[in-house]
Amino acid sequence: MRQAPVLSLRGATKRFGGLVAVDQLGFDVAEHQVMGLIGPNGSGKSTTLNLISGALSPTSGTIALKGQPITALSARAIARKGVSRTFQLVRMLPSMTVLENVMAGAVFGHRRRWGGSAEAHAIAMLEEVGMADEAGSPIGQLTYIDTKRLELARALAGEPEVLLLDEWLAGLNPTELEEGIALIHRLRDEGRTIVLVEHVMDAIRSLCDACVVMSSGKKIAEGTPEEVLSDPEVIRAYLGDDDA
Amino acid sequence: MTARDWQKLITAAVLLGIAALLPLTGNAYWLSLGVSVAMYTVLATSWALFSGPTHYISLATAAFFGVGTYVMGSGIEVMPYWTLLPLAALAGGLLAALVGLATLRLSGVYFVIFTLGLAEMVRQCVTWYQNQTGHKGTYVLTELTEADIYWQLLGLAALVYLAGWAIQRSRLGFALRIIGDDEEVAAHSGINTALVKVALFVVSGLVAATVGAIIAPRYVYIEPATAFAPMLSFQVVIMALLGGTGRLWGPLIGVIPFTLLWEVISASFPNQTTLLLGLCFLLIVYVLPKGFVGLMQRLDLMRQGREAFA
Ligand SMILES: Nc1ncnc2c1ncn2[C@@H]1O[C@H](COP(=O)(O)OP(=O)(O)OP(=O)(O)O)[C@@H](O)[C@H]1O
Ligand SMILES: [Mg+2]
Repeated sequence: MRQAPVLSLRGATKRFGGLVAVDQLGFDVAEHQVMGLIGPNGSGKSTTLNLISGALSPTSGTIALKGQPITALSARAIARKGVSRTFQLVRMLPSMTVLENVMAGAVFGHRRRWGGSAEAHAIAMLEEVGMADEAGSPIGQLTYIDTKRLELARALAGEPEVLLLDEWLAGLNPTELEEGIALIHRLRDEGRTIVLVEHVMDAIRSLCDACVVMSSGKKIAEGTPEEVLSDPEVIRAYLGDDDA
Repeated sequence: MTARDWQKLITAAVLLGIAALLPLTGNAYWLSLGVSVAMYTVLATSWALFSGPTHYISLATAAFFGVGTYVMGSGIEVMPYWTLLPLAALAGGLLAALVGLATLRLSGVYFVIFTLGLAEMVRQCVTWYQNQTGHKGTYVLTELTEADIYWQLLGLAALVYLAGWAIQRSRLGFALRIIGDDEEVAAHSGINTALVKVALFVVSGLVAATVGAIIAPRYVYIEPATAFAPMLSFQVVIMALLGGTGRLWGPLIGVIPFTLLWEVISASFPNQTTLLLGLCFLLIVYVLPKGFVGLMQRLDLMRQGREAFA
């Protein structure tokens, strides 16, 4: 018998006035699976993550975590149930140190820690992303990739059942990109369940078990990276109708 | 608790002990200044507990203060004094909870305007009620001396500092700092942002109402215009910002110079107080955006910088 998916969307729809940003979207994410959510700019990828994380509530449809509906819940409640995320535009806690930024995830997340336990856990997460040496630094001095790493550490500190990454690799230079992909590979090998929105094709090919391709809010393809990336409709969506 | 914590606690206790000796000098003028300083310290410190980390500027101090004053004023004839203080706190806390639940989902600007309107609205309600019953004001007659009022305010100040210290070291305080930095991140980390904000707003509301109740006997006769004076809300904001909200003791070092300055201003220019208050506000925002606390930290950094080059 197949295990119930960790995350499942059914008919998820989000309207902004007349615009349907996410249109009847449905897919499942199994445990330990890395699911790529791809599609051209403005196709509704970030909005989909926002619906899952509770930043936005869907106009219609259902979203379930381990079989339980989380559709109507607040971002806070969804975070408590075990969904953590990073943001397309990095969000730091600027008045705090690196360590405190990560503790924010550990103290209020899925498993609520406090004091020494929260600190130890936060340091372990910083080690995981390779930033343990910077624990005491203020945020202002970090390089761009370090802010990305830090945000990832904060999300991991919540000990999520599902991790949502919104273009976590965007804006990195080639060396950083290699490090970044290696880092997510490690998370994958740890058996984490991840939904990642990504434009970097190499990353999608090497990281994702499966992909959902969106265009204008709709799912236009689903399958392994090789399957979807050679799908003519996907190629057309990426290149635009004029070029096809 | 660490050795440093003990050191701070003992220093604070000693300073409080010294402050408590003021009435023994027998100087009525200094005592009345002392009451003002103690009152503003409690108000500005409790205001900063909420507004400091969240950056929500509340102008509701006068509303809570006035409610406390009126709880004391209308209850003193029928109930013992000591039961009215917790009642005033309860009334202020409840009002803050209601206002908080209704407004803290709003963005900062709407919140400021709403809290300013609140004091005015409560004042109008009290005035209307008094007109219905044919009163203009209420007498608050007690045996309490100025020194009694002063000591009570000092006691309340001690409580506020202890509460602030405990909050800073708690999950609640950490949650509040995260909210102040980025509310979206706070919610996505699993923080109940509305609850945290309301909780702290309630603390500032109940403290301000208690101050109003303690001060009421000093007025002897209270009427809506004095109990709900909007000026009070602005003074508290200015003093807290002048001192700086980054530290628990920040507001205190704004309160002392400002109270003295205000004493001079209201004695020398009784008709221009509002104008001068506005000027003070502009000056503080431009020259000392982070208050004395920020200035001290900047000087500290500069000194360290010089030492590094030397
Ligand atoms: N809060 C909002 N209000 C109104 N429209 C929005 C909102 N958020 C997104 N949209 C619109 O919804 C559509 C989908 O946006 P979304 O950010 O989900 O795209 P995306 O696939 O993440 O694109 P990108 O690759 O550029 O990040 C866009 O047309 C966008 O303008
Ligand atoms: Mg996006």
